[in-house]
Amino acid sequence: MSLLVFDQVSGGYGEGDILSGISFHVAADEIVVIAGPNGAGKSTVLKAIVGLLTVRAGSILFDGRDITGTRADRIVQSGICYVPQTENVFPTLTVEENLEMGAFLRRDDIAAAKERMFHLFPPLRDKRRQMAGTLSGGQRQMAAIGRALMLDPKLLLLDEPTAGLSPKFADELLTTVKRVNADGIGVLIVEQNVRQALAIADRGYILANGRNRHDDTARNLLADREVARMFLGQ
Amino acid sequence: MEVLQLLLYGLILGSVIALGAIGVSLTFGILGFANFAHGDMMTMGAYFGLTLFTILALPMWIAFPIAILLAAALAVAIDQTLYKRLRGQAPVILLISSFGVALALRALVQIIWGPDTQLYVSGIQRTQAYFGLRIRPNQIVVLLGSVALMVALHLFLQHTRMGKAMRAMADNPDLARLCGIDTERVAIWTWIMGGGLAGAAGIFLGLDTRLHPEMGWTILLSVFAAAILGGIGKPYGAIVGGLVIGVISELSTLVMPAAYKPAVAFAILIAMLIVRPTGLFAGRST
Repeated sequence: MSLLVFDQVSGGYGEGDILSGISFHVAADEIVVIAGPNGAGKSTVLKAIVGLLTVRAGSILFDGRDITGTRADRIVQSGICYVPQTENVFPTLTVEENLEMGAFLRRDDIAAAKERMFHLFPPLRDKRRQMAGTLSGGQRQMAAIGRALMLDPKLLLLDEPTAGLSPKFADELLTTVKRVNADGIGVLIVEQNVRQALAIADRGYILANGRNRHDDTARNLLADREVARMFLGQ
Repeated sequence: MEVLQLLLYGLILGSVIALGAIGVSLTFGILGFANFAHGDMMTMGAYFGLTLFTILALPMWIAFPIAILLAAALAVAIDQTLYKRLRGQAPVILLISSFGVALALRALVQIIWGPDTQLYVSGIQRTQAYFGLRIRPNQIVVLLGSVALMVALHLFLQHTRMGKAMRAMADNPDLARLCGIDTERVAIWTWIMGGGLAGAAGIFLGLDTRLHPEMGWTILLSVFAAAILGGIGKPYGAIVGGLVIGVISELSTLVMPAAYKPAVAFAILIAMLIVRPTGLFAGRST
């Protein structure tokens, strides 16, 4: 059974829809990439999932339950954690405090969870007492993902995690995402660096103008000449 | 020696301004508006203290903490009856309504306690001298009390779950919500802290000078100047800003008539807004 089902969803912020009947699904053990040109509605898809967007038609199912229109904090509690593209850390809080805020809803001891994040993102261990606003782009992205993982989510939503990173750091980050996924967490990534993201993904969807355009396994998408020409910049 | 003496007076005035500025900074950073009623919250705190200290004749160390709690409770009550309904509105709407609260509080003080100047301790207090510096017993209370409250605030912000959540919400309210932080509870704690510290600032101002229905409103300009100097939204900056404004105000009497003291804060405020509008400690941010 799919962990997340996005079924014929339409919606936007004010007047007019940004998403016009988009559908896709993510299984519990999958990494799925959503790609497409600017303005295709990629980031909007993630905001719709976490309840930051008015959904006018269609439904969003998570773990078999309808979560359409649920408040952001409830969604987080149900096991979906979202990492926005920008402003995804608390800049004047230390790295460690950022992780603690990620676990705000947990009442149990979070020492083990923190330790796991430092193991997953070794550079964060040395920077644990440093303000997150002073981190480099790659480390900040790690802190943001670490923060999101503190609640042991079933599904992790990443909005352009490699934007602004050098290819080397982008690659390292995506490798870590792959490891997170191997621990049994479903991952949905919206990416500009489609080629790099597809390299670690199971499947991909290509959106254009708020609609589904193309979907296939990551391997087939990477091999598809038309897709390569239109969306992978070749 | 005269300079050191003025420095001491400046630190005393500065701690009063700093306690007020912390509250202004917290409400601005977390709730997103400039609270013009903050000065009159200080006045309320001072008069709560007056009733408990002179009429109920409680000792100072019981009367004043209770007055601080009453000021905090009043701030929460105002929030729940008024500001809560305006949450998410444009900042200017909140600002104007805080102006209304300011007028209402000032009128209330005059109705309950009368329009005249009053004192906590009547008669002239004997000045004591330490290392050649003159200080009145009341001023020692102000200095020690301010330091104690600032240390307590620091411990709260750094080491409690709610304190960290407050800093998180000041940093990035949307992300705080995504972390499941209950923003309504943070708002209430912001008023408890801001209102309580305002009450303390009012009491200390009354101890240092005297009580008057317009005491808080008059010092509000200096309080805002301190909050902006320290980088509005940053409570630690507000402490430094308050001390700087206090010290410069007092030192200015060396070169110009004391009547210009309030204008000095205003001049610093204007200079700051022109030269460095983000405050002295505008840290790197995302």
